Amino acid sequence: MIRRRKIAEALFKLLSLSALALAIGTLVLLFGALMVDGLGRLDWQFLTSFPSRRASQAGILPAMVGSTLVMLVTACVGIPIGVAAGIYLEEYARRTWLTELIEVTVTNLAGVPSIIFGLLALGLFVYTLGLGPSILTAGLTLALLILPVVIVTTREAIRAIPVHIREAAFALGATKWQTVSDHVLPYSAAGILTGVILALSRAIGETAPIVTIGALTFIAFLPPAPVTSQPPYVSFEWLMSPFTVVPIQMFAWVSRPGEDFAANAAAAGLLLVGMTLVMNGLAIYVRYRMRKRVSW
Amino acid sequence: MLVAVCLLVWPGGDAASESAPIVKIDGSSTVYPPTEAVAEEFQKAHHGRIKVTVGISGTGGGFKKFCRGETDISNASRPILKEEMEVCQKNGISYYELPIGFDALTVAVSPKNTWATAMTVEELKKIWEPAAQNKITKWNQIRPEWPDASLVLFGAGSDSGTFDYFTEAIVGKAKSSRGDYTASEDDNVLVQGIERNVYSLGYIPFAYYAAQQKKLKAIAIVGKNGPVLPSHETVKNGSYQPLSRPLFIYVNAAAAKRPEIREFVEYYLTQGRELIAEVRYVPLPDQAYAMARERFAKGVVGTGFGGEPEVGLPVEEILRRSPKQ
Repeated sequence: MIRRRKIAEALFKLLSLSALALAIGTLVLLFGALMVDGLGRLDWQFLTSFPSRRASQAGILPAMVGSTLVMLVTACVGIPIGVAAGIYLEEYARRTWLTELIEVTVTNLAGVPSIIFGLLALGLFVYTLGLGPSILTAGLTLALLILPVVIVTTREAIRAIPVHIREAAFALGATKWQTVSDHVLPYSAAGILTGVILALSRAIGETAPIVTIGALTFIAFLPPAPVTSQPPYVSFEWLMSPFTVVPIQMFAWVSRPGEDFAANAAAAGLLLVGMTLVMNGLAIYVRYRMRKRVSW
Repeated sequence: MLVAVCLLVWPGGDAASESAPIVKIDGSSTVYPPTEAVAEEFQKAHHGRIKVTVGISGTGGGFKKFCRGETDISNASRPILKEEMEVCQKNGISYYELPIGFDALTVAVSPKNTWATAMTVEELKKIWEPAAQNKITKWNQIRPEWPDASLVLFGAGSDSGTFDYFTEAIVGKAKSSRGDYTASEDDNVLVQGIERNVYSLGYIPFAYYAAQQKKLKAIAIVGKNGPVLPSHETVKNGSYQPLSRPLFIYVNAAAAKRPEIREFVEYYLTQGRELIAEVRYVPLPDQAYAMARERFAKGVVGTGFGGEPEVGLPVEEILRRSPKQ
């Protein structure tokens, strides 16, 4: 009897282990193949050049700058709105049928295919609001895309704070806002951040909605610099600039005739993975710092 | 830190180019490589004083933007259609229709295939027409002397201009095709598929064949004067029929009054020939470029097609027609 249970135990362990090996193995294999094809191409020239019809002279610069600026807009718009909405739903909103409905809608939105967001953005931002196919439009579109994920993870993180912490704050006469800003938010920041970074990592690889709003493929200049040498030293002209992003550039290279552009596509893939890893690493570090500060 | 990065990455003298005029181009992915090459050289020739952007949204998607006046030039792998002409007219947009080069579709098999070297349009039609679905599945159904082995087909996905053109030229009706074949929008996938199976047959744009000649064997198309293989010469002199087609750029006539658009188009029609050959497409005969330049210089707007797809017209013939709006 006991032996049988031990065998079952061992079998389950083996099963879980092989599931893990399958997942990690696929990742390692994919990443390894990218490395083999693209690492040789990933040099300073590649990072600082504009696209070209010659594979050896082509570079990723405008796509990299485009991706970075779009993510900047996405983060600046999506995170504050998403976190604020999450706090409201969890801390302030009364439980009515309306909030229930909003909850269900938000959860559903997280599963809507990204192309739908692209179509919405094309109608709303590009035409109705007249923002055109610009960095601002792309940033806002991706902000909409990550909003449900940010809201859901914010709520999960807030819910994990024990109720007695809030009750203690109220008992000492703190207002709701004091409770939220001094206790709930700092304690849940680490969890919120994890969700935010996961959402941004998804957004940086998105192609479909960006193509829908009219991103370009060949662009051999950079948007106007956000920092200028004359006062007021800050310029927002770049928001309205045409752009491209790394996944679009990568796709354009994959589909070129011949094999000479394949190395470029692999190098662009490595760069994209690298950008995601840096973002994730940053999040893990910040979360670690924040966790250390929290002591109950 | 971000500021420091910005200052490092951005090239210094951007202040001058911020107000630089932009030539906006969008449209077909087939016409993208030549236009990209021309845009690259044009910008270099002007030291960045004129900016050019090129997007890929397909011939149809490109015309949608073009007829709303959002782009200056539209890349097209087929002539403008009637519905598109109507939208353009409604929005008061007139245009120049300028051929810039050829694309030829190549019917290819694996290099290990020893039996098939030439095929007629009828034979290809028998393979690809909708009625062939689940019926024509073996090589010996096309010619009895060919092997009794299953026919493995590869072709373009239904969203591409290549699919439209192949079905129009072979089956006789655009978008009419059998559905039981491996379809991909990515022609490199098709090249790999055809290469790996001895019993495969597929069609791909000529540039993809030209880049991978060792991996594929082209099938000659039997015409009036015997079998013709696709090559720069046979496409240019019009003997590779019906699978070669002209590619176009459509230029917004109002935008063409701007000097930067004018210069770009003239550059395309003069310097374009070598650049087009470099990206493995087939340039037009010299005379056709001269005719296109003349049409642009004289301000002759409209299309030579009248909104109907036509197959197998020589470019000079298209340029000689008096165009309609």
